[in-house]
Amino acid sequence: MSDGSGQQIDLHFVVNGQAVTVRCHPMARLLDVLREELHLTGTKEGCGEGECGACAVVMDGELVNSCLVPAAQAAGVQLRTVEGLAAGGRLAPLQEAFLHCNGAQCGICTPGMLMAAFCLLQHNPHPSEEAVRVALAGNLCRCTGYAKIVAAVARAAQEGGDAL
Amino acid sequence: MRFDVAAYKLRTPQSVQEALAWMAAEPGALRPLAGGTDLMVLLAAGKLPGGQFVNLWPLRELRTIEVTSDSVTLGALTTYSDVQAHPVLQQEFPMLVEAARQTGGWAIQNRGTLGGNIGNASPAADSPPALLCYDAELELRSAQGSRWLPYHGFHTGYRQTLLRPDEIIARLRLPRRRGQRLHCYRKVGPRQAQAISKVCFAGCADLEDGRLVSVRIALGGVAPTVVRCPETEHILAAATSPAALDEAAARASLSRQMAPIDDIRSTARYRRRVAENLLGQFVAVLRLHPGWATP
Ligand SMILES: Cc1cc2nc3c(=O)[nH]c(=O)nc-3n(C[C@H](O)[C@H](O)[C@H](O)COP(=O)(O)OP(=O)(O)OC[C@H]3O[C@@H](n4cnc5c(N)ncnc54)[C@H](O)[C@@H]3O)c2cc1C
Ligand code: FES
Ligand code: FES
Repeated sequence: MSDGSGQQIDLHFVVNGQAVTVRCHPMARLLDVLREELHLTGTKEGCGEGECGACAVVMDGELVNSCLVPAAQAAGVQLRTVEGLAAGGRLAPLQEAFLHCNGAQCGICTPGMLMAAFCLLQHNPHPSEEAVRVALAGNLCRCTGYAKIVAAVARAAQEGGDAL
Repeated sequence: MRFDVAAYKLRTPQSVQEALAWMAAEPGALRPLAGGTDLMVLLAAGKLPGGQFVNLWPLRELRTIEVTSDSVTLGALTTYSDVQAHPVLQQEFPMLVEAARQTGGWAIQNRGTLGGNIGNASPAADSPPALLCYDAELELRSAQGSRWLPYHGFHTGYRQTLLRPDEIIARLRLPRRRGQRLHCYRKVGPRQAQAISKVCFAGCADLEDGRLVSVRIALGGVAPTVVRCPETEHILAAATSPAALDEAAARASLSRQMAPIDDIRSTARYRRRVAENLLGQFVAVLRLHPGWATP
C-alpha cells in the first residue's frame, strides 16, 4: 500500500468473528488491508492479478480473491480468512486432512486452497471429485500436482461434520 | 508496489440515482467500478489511470433477475455465479450459462458482472457472443433518464461503445422464445479455467414446423469487437433440409467477416482456422438435429 495519503475511510467489518475498524484508502486492496493493517498474514499474495487464488478469502459466504477487492467493497461484510479455520489451538478437520494427505508442500497456495475448499464444503458438504476440481480451478499450485489436495478435500468431506 | 492508491478516489453512493447525479455533475470524471475483476487487475499492474471511481457493487437494485412471460431482465451487477444458478437462464439461455461457467474460476465468477464484461468492451470477452445471439437489449441510464438499445451495434470499434460518459449500463433484457431452439457455444483458450479466449463461438437456430426460421452466429476474439456474422447466418438459414446446409459457402463467408490479429494469445491464422472449425461443429449440430421436417 502507499504512504496512506489521499482519501481515507473508516472501514468496519467482521473478520473471523471479530468486529474491526480500519482507517484506509477505499481503493486499497482488501489483501493489503488484511496483511498490512490487521497483520493477518496467512492470506498470501501470489500473482496480484486474480489468477492464482493465493489471496482467496470468504466474504459473506462467497469465495473472492482479496487482491481484486477494493477496501470500500468490504464495508460491513463478514470475512473468514485462513486464520479463522483453526479454533482453540486445534486445526480444523480440513487442515488436518491437508496434513494427513500431504496437500501442502511449499505452502504458498495452501491458505487459498483451504479457503476455496472450506467455501465449497459449506455450499456442498459432499462434493464429487469433479466438483472439487471445478471449485479449486482458480487456485494454482506449483508443487503438489493437485492430486493430494483433491484427496485432502475428499477426506475432509468424508469425515464431514459441521466443524470443517 | 507498482501503484499508488492516493492517485484514486472511490465514492460509494447510497443509490443508483445518487451515482448518476455525481456522474452528471462531472461528465467523464467518474468511472463505474463493479466487481473490480478487470479494473483491480489494471490497478495492481500500474496501468489504471488515476481519477475518480463510483462504487456500484453495493447497489443491490442493480443485482436483480426479473422474469416475465416475454423476457428475462438482468441487473448489470448480475454475477457469473448468479447466471449459473438461475433456472430460467439454464433452461432457455444455456449459452449464457455456459459462458458464465467458463469465465475465470469460482472466485472470479462470484465477483465478475455482466455489466462489467460489456463495459470493459474486450473483443475477446465470453458473454457477448451469447448475448448477441439472444438479441439482448441494454438499458443505459443517466440522470436524464434511461434508454434501451439493441446490444448489437453497442460496440462501435476497438474498446469503443455507445455508452455516454454520464451513463451506466443498468440492465440487460433477453427476449424469451418458446419453441424449438438449438444452441452451440464453444470457447477455445489455453486451459479450461482462468483463461482468456483465443476464439469464442456462439450459434443458435430457431426451428418452426421442422424448418429453420432463423440462425444467429456471433464470435469473440476474431475482430476489433465481438461480431455477429449476418452473411453466414443467411446462408445457413436458407437451407430447407439438413442436406441443403452449405457448409463450404458458410465457411467462406465467415472468413470474410473476420479480421483477426496476431497477439500474445494467438495468431490470426490460428484464430481464423479455429473459428471456421467451430462453425463446422455448429453445422454438424444443425444437421443432426432431430427437429427437421421429414421431406
Ligand atoms: C483471473 C481472471 C479471469 C478472467 N476470465 C475471463 C473470461 O474467461 N472471460 C471473460 O470474458 N472475462 C474474464 N475476465 C475478465 C472479467 O472478469 C470480466 O470482464 C468481468 O465480467 C468484469 O466485470 P466486473 O464487474 O468485475 O468489472 P469491473 O472491473 O468493475 O469493470 C470493468 C469495466 O466495465 C466498466 N463497468 C462496470 N460496470 C459497469 C456498468 N454497470 N455500466 C457501465 N460500465 C461499467 C468499468 O468502468 C470498467 O471499465 C477475467 C478476469 C480475471 C481477473
Ligand atoms: S494474489 Fe490474488 S489471485 Fe493471485
Ligand atoms: S504447495 Fe507450493 S504452490 Fe502449492
